[in-house]
Amino acid sequence: MSDATVNGAAPPAPRKDKVETPFQRFVSEFAESKIAVGGLIVFTAIALVAIFAPWIAPQDPYDLAQLDIMDGRQEPGTTGGAGFTFWLGTDDQGRDMMSGIMYGLRISLMVGAGSALIACVVGASLGLLAAYAGKKTDTVIMRLVDLQLSFPSILVALMILAFLGKGIMNVVIALVIVEWAYYARTVRGTALVERRREYIEAAQCLALPTYRILFRHLLPNCLPPLIVVATMQVARAIALEATLSFLGLGVPITEPSLGLLIANGYEYMLSGKYWISFYPGIALLITIVSINLVGDQLRDVLNPRLKK
Amino acid sequence: MTVYLVRRLIQALFVVLAMSVIVFVGVFAIGDPVEILISPDADQIERERAVQALGLDLPLWHQYLVFLGNALQGDLGRSFVFNEPALKLILQRMPATLELAFGAMFLSILIGLPLGLYAGLRPNAPASKAIMAGSILGFSLPTFWVGLMLIMVFAVQLGWLPSTGRGDTGALFGLQWSFLTVDGLAHMAMPALNLALFKISLVIRLTRAGVRETMLMDYVKFARAKGLSPARVTFVHVFKNILIPVVTVVGLELGSTIAFSVVTESVFAWPGMGKLIIDSINVLDRPVIVAYLMIIVLMFITINLIVDLTYSMLDPRVRLETKGT
Repeated sequence: MSDATVNGAAPPAPRKDKVETPFQRFVSEFAESKIAVGGLIVFTAIALVAIFAPWIAPQDPYDLAQLDIMDGRQEPGTTGGAGFTFWLGTDDQGRDMMSGIMYGLRISLMVGAGSALIACVVGASLGLLAAYAGKKTDTVIMRLVDLQLSFPSILVALMILAFLGKGIMNVVIALVIVEWAYYARTVRGTALVERRREYIEAAQCLALPTYRILFRHLLPNCLPPLIVVATMQVARAIALEATLSFLGLGVPITEPSLGLLIANGYEYMLSGKYWISFYPGIALLITIVSINLVGDQLRDVLNPRLKK
Repeated sequence: MTVYLVRRLIQALFVVLAMSVIVFVGVFAIGDPVEILISPDADQIERERAVQALGLDLPLWHQYLVFLGNALQGDLGRSFVFNEPALKLILQRMPATLELAFGAMFLSILIGLPLGLYAGLRPNAPASKAIMAGSILGFSLPTFWVGLMLIMVFAVQLGWLPSTGRGDTGALFGLQWSFLTVDGLAHMAMPALNLALFKISLVIRLTRAGVRETMLMDYVKFARAKGLSPARVTFVHVFKNILIPVVTVVGLELGSTIAFSVVTESVFAWPGMGKLIIDSINVLDRPVIVAYLMIIVLMFITINLIVDLTYSMLDPRVRLETKGT
């Protein structure tokens, strides 16, 4: 790979006596893939846009006073009554699509990252417990995981939302229930190997409390595969949330995520007004692809089997 | 083997039972159907009569036992909205969904296999790289959005294909099928392609990996050394061997294809089970929701059971493992 020489040589300082920390090695290995770095940059930009949406969006799409119904369904590039240009057009309410997408990203990312984080905590804890306790606990937890993974994610999510109804919190709950099993399985797999190592035995001999052994000794050594799974799961969660919202089972209409924005444009598309659905979809696509690119490279870097 | 079979069957039965409790309690925990189904102008007596007619005045456990007893006789309740047996409603829509799912799986093999084969044989060609990039996109693209874009391009802009519905149907085995008429096929093309997108990517990746592995095998080298034509080596010796795992995986995906058709059916207004369940969730038509979930759960448990049994027949290690625990 010629990329390594291009990217890895940022400071051409004396390299022979410098001790590379694991983190530095991780960063330089990650940077070997230009595509992954590109993905990371794009994702960072998207995240920044989402976080700072209220300050950089040309319009607050939820402030009815700023909306003018006369601006409804304008083509991209037209200038509206408020005096600024709708670069991505407007929806049926006269909302600027660009502002709508920025606010929609906020909700999509919040729900995606939030549910992935909660699922990670729940799943990793249960996975650790299953591996460390073994026997009955292990059987019960893993049977549950097997059972759940035998059903497709959309079906599980559909079932839970059929029980709970719409709402951001309910979507998060549904996504957590869908995702925890992936984390649990991943962590258990690694933890089963790690718990036989000497440092766990040493910790046990010191009579450390179980929770301390689990979270201070076992967990940090199970992190690499967990990070990879978590990255991929964020992308999956965002996609699933968008799908559910599109089906009308996800976020409420007052807090539209990207999926709901796309659904809103559905009826207008048949009359050729493509932009209401098209641009939110592009935003969704770029978000998912950039996360997957980063995740792909993380998997290569963190996979111990591929270590040179 | 018999012991394993019996154990596995009992296990499946328990899962069905557990799922029926979860589904029943879950669905009956949302909102009060009385509020939705009875007009707010109705007086107290009318209300009570409706509640009794729907059996909603009984305690939940009693309702569940009634539900379970009826379910065993093939009665999963009457739809609040259509006032027809829920099971009948779903079975009516099932052919449309199955047709779509099989169409999608057929397409995924038809498109995925040749592309994967090419990418596997020439891993460094620019076209192969494009195919692999396309397959990553196929995994990442949100299905429903691709469906919308298909409608936009082929139905709205070009006007080649109809955007929604099922079109004309022809009768076979007493059921209506779209694939028997030209109009029906035109209606089916976009939804099937949309549903197939994910599977196409999957088949491409499986085929490519399979080809690259098989090409290094001794028997392929031997076939080449024997002087067989490259075409014969590829299509007889390599192709046959990669076909088995690819077809197995595609077969395993049948269940998830049926589940994901919920999305495609909603986009293309395809009148299958998936569209029915989404509509039913939106109006809280509980018997239909329960019936759909029970049928699909039963379907999955059956598929998983068949898969497990086939594997255990092929691989004795699976049998021994379950004996140990």
